[in-house]
Amino acid sequence: MIQMDQIFQTLRMIDQEKLDVRTITMGISLFNCVCDDSRRLAARVYSRIIRQAENLVKVGEELEREFGVLIVNKRISVTPISLITGAISDPLPIARALDKAAHETGVDFIGGYSALVQKGMTEADRRLILSIPQALSETELLCSSVNVASTRAGIDMDAIRLCGESIKSLAEKTKDKDGLGCAKLVIFANAVEDNPFMAGAFHGPGEGDCAVSVGVSGPGVVKRALEAVRGEPFDVVAETIKKTAFRVTRVGQLVAMEASKRLNVPFGIVDLSLAPTPAVGDSVAHILEEMGLEKCGTHGSTAALALLNDAVKKGGVMATSRVGGLSGAFIPLSEDIGMIEAAACGALTLDKLEAMTCVCSVGLDMIALPGDTSAATISAIIADEASIGVINNKTTAVRVIPAPGKKVGDYVEFGGLLGHAPIIPVHPFSSEAFIARGGHIPAPLHSLRN
Amino acid sequence: MSVISKAVVTVIGFDRKGIIARVSNVLYEAGINILEISQTIVDGFFNMVMIVDLSEPTCSFDELQDDLNRLGAEVGVQIRIQKNEIFEAMHQI
Repeated sequence: MIQMDQIFQTLRMIDQEKLDVRTITMGISLFNCVCDDSRRLAARVYSRIIRQAENLVKVGEELEREFGVLIVNKRISVTPISLITGAISDPLPIARALDKAAHETGVDFIGGYSALVQKGMTEADRRLILSIPQALSETELLCSSVNVASTRAGIDMDAIRLCGESIKSLAEKTKDKDGLGCAKLVIFANAVEDNPFMAGAFHGPGEGDCAVSVGVSGPGVVKRALEAVRGEPFDVVAETIKKTAFRVTRVGQLVAMEASKRLNVPFGIVDLSLAPTPAVGDSVAHILEEMGLEKCGTHGSTAALALLNDAVKKGGVMATSRVGGLSGAFIPLSEDIGMIEAAACGALTLDKLEAMTCVCSVGLDMIALPGDTSAATISAIIADEASIGVINNKTTAVRVIPAPGKKVGDYVEFGGLLGHAPIIPVHPFSSEAFIARGGHIPAPLHSLRN
Repeated sequence: MSVISKAVVTVIGFDRKGIIARVSNVLYEAGINILEISQTIVDGFFNMVMIVDLSEPTCSFDELQDDLNRLGAEVGVQIRIQKNEIFEAMHQI
């Protein structure tokens, strides 16, 4: 029997500590839509998504009401679009069909305008990457990603150069909104096929026809739990985080199983994540500060984040039958009030963020850069981040926004879950000749594992 | 398992006459049996938890939730009904 204090603990987590399920994401394979006529392909993609996801939002809202826990987003991810557009010359009609389907089903985002080019680019991949600025500037709910590197394949420097140029062009096309389009584009190394989080969600080619996955959240719950063990040694900190992550993840598992049953779609995975929001009390940076750091970004931040990331996984893994996605602590800058404060006072720099991405779940996320940052510098930032992922066998990513017309010290406002951010400086020295080389950085020795 | 049909009703707000009576009445009208009640008042603040049996309802979960929300607004307290599974998932292995 449930005890009264347990009931009130759950209510406190939901009401005061902002425990929520961040997303229910339905992954939909589009391979059965493939054809060589652009208009027919767009129509097939649209109707496939509408049919499969027609009840997704309704079921999500039902579960919210019945369990009394907020499910912040309902999302769709699809097969990387470059894989189904090999026989057509222009992928843009598919981008429009995806956006229209997202509006029609009522979801918050649709992801998968993507290409996987870690080893090399097909013509379809190249066309898709070149079309990203136009696709994301004329759609609203569409998200895009490109996987440019993997531990097994190495780093595709040609693709990285193209991506840097696409990011600059996308920022320019959405300059009336401070380059907001770039918030919908992620460049990955070691991308995972079942990530439910945006903007990097896609339904990988190794997935089945359809699956429903859940991403949990709850930085506020962890922060509150750590307040109760202030001054205790790190062993106690790790144990406390594990117990909390277990509870948070159990909610995700419950929602995922129930959604799977009601939608009659197989359960995919639970992503064991601490995903912050810009709201007060929902910050990963504040968890690190609770461990004893004056400001996130100061010396000790990487160690604190490493402990947090590891303990979240250890606590969560037993709470769910299938773990996947990115699973760990996210450190987006504009989406975390503690990160924003730390960057604004100079405690958190791009270099320190890069170091922290060696031990967090993903990478450089939602970072606003000066508008005059060159495409080559952005490509070089991506190459650095990709090499961290490739060498350390983990997923890394870059989602940066070179905000047109803005300089260091200015602010950009993205609104909603995307938050706001101070522009932080990049190194002034050029990486132009480095990026101009192109080619491929070979896979590391430890890729040869067979 | 019988737990599927259970829910937890929580009422939080300033104490006044008739809260339990009125909540119980809404539940009775919906054909719902109360299995357990626990209630405390600290500094005039009213806290009540009911475990209820949803196995023979005369209305849908959504309708019941709407009725309880309406009553909460009328009486000036927060009334919530949540399926039992969320509490079991978080606190029991």
